[in-house]
Amino acid sequence: MTIRPLTATLLGLALADLALLWLTPAGTASTRDGDPRVGLVFDVGGLGDKSFNDSAYEGLLLARRQLGAGIEYIEPGDGADRESGIRLLAAQGVDLVIGVGFMFTDDLNLVAREYPGVFFAGVDYALQIGKNGQVIQPPPNLLALKFREEEGSFLTGALAALTSKTGIIGFVGGMDIPLIHKFEAGYRAGAARVRPDCTVLVAYAGVSPQAFKDPGKGKELALTQYARGADIIFHASGSTGLGVFEAARETGKLAIGVDADQYSEAPGHVLTSMVKRVDQAVLQAVRSVKEGQFQGGIMTLGIKEGGVDYIYDEHNRDLIDPAVRRQVEALRAAIISGDIVVPSR
Amino acid sequence: MINCDLPVQALRISVPYVLAALGGVVSERSGVINIGLEGMMLLGAFGTVVGTLMTGSPLAGLGFGLLAGLLLAAVHATATGVFRADHIVSGLAINLLAAGATRVLLKRLYHSSSNSPRIEGITSLVTGHGLLALLAHPLVWVTVGLVAGVWWLLNRTVLGLRLSSVGEHPEAAAAAGLRVLRLRAIGVMMSGMLAGMSGAWLAFDQHQFTDGMSGGRGYIALAAMIFGKWRPVPAAAACILFGSAEAIQMALQGGSAGIPVQLVQTLPYVLTLVALAGAIGRARPPAAVGRPYP
Repeated sequence: MTIRPLTATLLGLALADLALLWLTPAGTASTRDGDPRVGLVFDVGGLGDKSFNDSAYEGLLLARRQLGAGIEYIEPGDGADRESGIRLLAAQGVDLVIGVGFMFTDDLNLVAREYPGVFFAGVDYALQIGKNGQVIQPPPNLLALKFREEEGSFLTGALAALTSKTGIIGFVGGMDIPLIHKFEAGYRAGAARVRPDCTVLVAYAGVSPQAFKDPGKGKELALTQYARGADIIFHASGSTGLGVFEAARETGKLAIGVDADQYSEAPGHVLTSMVKRVDQAVLQAVRSVKEGQFQGGIMTLGIKEGGVDYIYDEHNRDLIDPAVRRQVEALRAAIISGDIVVPSR
Repeated sequence: MINCDLPVQALRISVPYVLAALGGVVSERSGVINIGLEGMMLLGAFGTVVGTLMTGSPLAGLGFGLLAGLLLAAVHATATGVFRADHIVSGLAINLLAAGATRVLLKRLYHSSSNSPRIEGITSLVTGHGLLALLAHPLVWVTVGLVAGVWWLLNRTVLGLRLSSVGEHPEAAAAAGLRVLRLRAIGVMMSGMLAGMSGAWLAFDQHQFTDGMSGGRGYIALAAMIFGKWRPVPAAAACILFGSAEAIQMALQGGSAGIPVQLVQTLPYVLTLVALAGAIGRARPPAAVGRPYP
C-alpha cells in the first residue's frame, strides 16, 4: 500500500486544520485576582450529551456563578488528544485542570507529575491497585473525584425488585469494566435486600469503549431480557442505553436511566434514573481551590454527600407505588446513616 | 420461548450487515476497496433521520439516506478514480469525515451531541419482535430481493459482467472499449446506496440517530464479504452467521451456561481470520482490487 503524495498532503492539511480548531479552548479565563481559573476537558461525546458532560459543564457554570471562577473547556475528539488537552490547559497556567471520565486516569497521572504547581481533578478517576493489593494514591496535586454509584444503584435495584410483577429484573452494562460492575453490584444487592428470590439478568454490550455508544446492541440485549420475563431493566451504558429505552417502548415495559434524569427518552417507560451529580463534584473541587483547601487524594461522593441519588418527581410518581417509595426512602436513610454499607463488587 | 426468538433475533441483527456487505461486494468486484462502508452507513443513518424529520415521511427519509450514502461514495469514487488515491486511505478519510460531519450536523441541527429527536419508523402490519413481525417488515424483503438482485446483476447482466471485468483486468477491459473509471464509479456508488440503506435500517430500528451508531458494523460487513469470497449469496450467508454469533453471545450472557462471553464475542473475528487464512477454500479477491487505473 502506498500513500500518494496528494492524498498525504490533503490528509495532513485536514489533520492540521482539525488540530488548530480544537486547540483553542472555549470560554473566558480572565478573573479577578484570587478567583480560580479552571480548565476542563470533556469526555468523548462532549457538550450536549444530555448526561455526564452536560452535568460537568453545569458544574463549571455553577463555579463561575457562585465562586467567580474563570472557566475554559476543551472538547476532544476520539482517541489520544485527551492528554494534549490536559497538558495545554496546564501549560496555560490555570489553577485547576479537570478531566471528565475514567479514560483520563493515565493522562492525568502523567501530566500532574509534569506540572506539580497546578491542581488536577479527575471525575471517575480509576484507582490503581498495587502488587500487594493496596490502593496506589494519586499524585499529591491530583484529586480523584469518585462516586459511590453502588449506593444509588442499590436504591434503583430495590425499587425495581419491589415494582416488578414477574420477579425478574435486568441490568444492561456498557463496557465490561470495574466502574460499571459497581452499578451492577449495588443493583443486585438492592434487589436481594428487599426481595431475596428476585432474579437479576445481567448483560454487557462489549469490552471496548464502543460498547457505550451502540444503541442497536443495547436494544437487542434488552429485548432478550424482556423476552426472558424481565419487566424492568436498569442500564449503565451511555447511549447504548437509548436502545434499552427503545426496547422498553416497543414492549411496553420499564427501564431505568443513568447519570442524568432520562425520563424524556421514553416518557411513561422510565421508572426512575440513577443520577450522578458530576456538577456537584466539579463545584466542590473548584471551591476547595478557591478556599485554598485543595488537597490531592481521593474524594468519594455517595448519597450522603449528594453525589448520587434516584429520581422521584412529578413525571414518574405514578409509576411508583407509595408503599414502595416509603420502603426505598427507608433504605436511603439507612445508607446515609451508615446502617447499610453497599457492596461495590 | 428463547428457542423461537433466537433465530429471529439473529436475522434481525444480520439485515444491516447483509445490506452493507452487498455494497462491499459490488464495489470490490469493480476493483475499488471500500472500507468507507462504515462511514457511508453512518451518514446514511443520519440522512434518513434528517429526511424523515424534514418531510415527515419515512419513505422520503429512506431516499435521503440512500442519497447520503451515494454522495459519500461519489467522493470515494472521485478520490480513488480521478485522483488515484490509495483506496484504504480514502476509505479511512471517508469514515473520519462521516463521523465528524454527523457530529457537527447533529449539534447544529438538533442541539445535542448524543442523539436526534425521535422519528417514526417504517410502519408494518405486525408489531413486536417475533417471526411474523420480521416477515412483515418491508425492508427485510427489500434486502432479500437485493441479495438476489446483486447476484443477478453480477452474473447475468452486461453491466455486471463489465463491472467484474474492470475489477479483474482493467487494461483488458479498456482495450475492449469499456470506460474503466466510469464503471468503477458506478460500482462504488451502488455500494454507497446499499450502505446508506443499511444505515437507514439502523435509524428506523432506533427511531433516531445517535452519534456513532453504526458501531463498527461496516467493518464486520467487510469481513463477511471476504468470508463470502466477494460473492453476494455467500457474503449474505456469512452475515447471517455473524449475526447468529452475536445473538448467541447475547443469549449466553443472560444464562448460566458457564461459557466465557468474551470468547463467543470473538467468534466472528476468528472465523474471518480462518477464512482469510484460506482454511475454507482459497479466498481470491478480484485481481485488480485496490489497484489504481490507469
